[in-house]
Amino acid sequence: MIGKIFKKLNIIGQCRDQGVSVWQCPQFLFLMMGLVIIVTSIIFFLIGTRYIVNLYFVALLNIFITLILFIISFIITRSFERLSEVVRMKSEFVNIVSHQLMTPITNIKWITDFLTSKNVKKTPKKKEEYFSQLKRNIERMVELVDNLLLVSRIEKGSFPIRKRKSSLEDLIKDLINRSKVFADAFNIKIKFYPQNNLPKSFFDPTFIKLVVENLIDNAIRYSKKEGKIEIWLEKKKNFLYFKIKDKGVGIPKADHKYIFQKFFRSENAIKEQTEGSGLGLYIAKSIIKKSKGKIWFESEEMKGTTFYFTLPIK
Amino acid sequence: MKKILFIEDEQTIQKAIGDILEPEGYKIINALNGEIGLRLAKTEKPDLILLDLILPKVHGFDVLKKLKEDPETKKIPVIVLTNLEEVKNVEKAIELGATTYFIKTSYTLEEVTDKIKKIFEK
Repeated sequence: MIGKIFKKLNIIGQCRDQGVSVWQCPQFLFLMMGLVIIVTSIIFFLIGTRYIVNLYFVALLNIFITLILFIISFIITRSFERLSEVVRMKSEFVNIVSHQLMTPITNIKWITDFLTSKNVKKTPKKKEEYFSQLKRNIERMVELVDNLLLVSRIEKGSFPIRKRKSSLEDLIKDLINRSKVFADAFNIKIKFYPQNNLPKSFFDPTFIKLVVENLIDNAIRYSKKEGKIEIWLEKKKNFLYFKIKDKGVGIPKADHKYIFQKFFRSENAIKEQTEGSGLGLYIAKSIIKKSKGKIWFESEEMKGTTFYFTLPIK
Repeated sequence: MKKILFIEDEQTIQKAIGDILEPEGYKIINALNGEIGLRLAKTEKPDLILLDLILPKVHGFDVLKKLKEDPETKKIPVIVLTNLEEVKNVEKAIELGATTYFIKTSYTLEEVTDKIKKIFEK
């Protein structure tokens, strides 16, 4: 009896965490429906044995009705599960976006307060530092808004992929060069091993650039200090096969199924740095899918992560 | 020498507050995350701690809790300086022992630094 009450309290606690009322909470509904089914089948059995002689027939009918009730309760709890998931994602969106936007906005506010303040001595060197911080924070906001707009276009289905004959090898080499300064800051070396005689292929360079940039960026950010990132590019049948491996903090197994979800950031990622919208991989997956390729990963906590994607050559 | 420990992962914010207060005789020690912050609180024994809530590795509330549980650091006043606006966060911070709570965007740089200076004068 006490155990039952205890279990009930825990469920109500869980439901509160999900942010929906108890009557919309899937776990609670499931419990309620379970009780209803048990009570209904007992009552039905008692009534049935009163009026119908064939016990076997009563039992069969009872099972049939219980099954129907079970299917109905399953459908109900499933739909409420989906509803609470949507509610959770919506509030997560508001929390993440408002924090990610508020941070650079506060920075800009205080930078301009400093630059316009009459009470502080400002050397030209100091002023230059503050102006470049101003630039950086504005870039941050632009990047976030750009990503949000891209995500919105992806959801509406209106982002056109314009394929043209390009070299994925050159695109990767170029991005590695551009990431060098960032990688050096973390003391990370990037090594690229392209296969010989790779053919040019048909893809949209603007969008694929976003994918590779995001994968390289993540590999640098979540690598342990002084690590090595390795990138391979090969031709496998009719596809180009891209592989990027880091020896960084890795992704916990419990998070694996959420990695490509919008706004999802693994605990390990958040622990490394609080900046990050959780949109990069969602955008990357949408682009690769639209380009008729595949993207996947392998990862072990504390050991590292390897991301793969394929793109059709034609 | 008035020592302030600033636990905040945004370097721009650290610099801005530091550049206003340091010329006025305060020493600002910066910690980029909660772990470093807790360590420095013990070794440096600051007169005041400024604490952000959204921090890498350890959330600000956990840092606040640990600061108030440790006999070496529990007497140091803590000002929570953050962008989180919800009432429940303010209540929780005060419950955990923070002296006061400022929402960054509600104040100009000068207003916040004036408030910090006033707390020292008390």
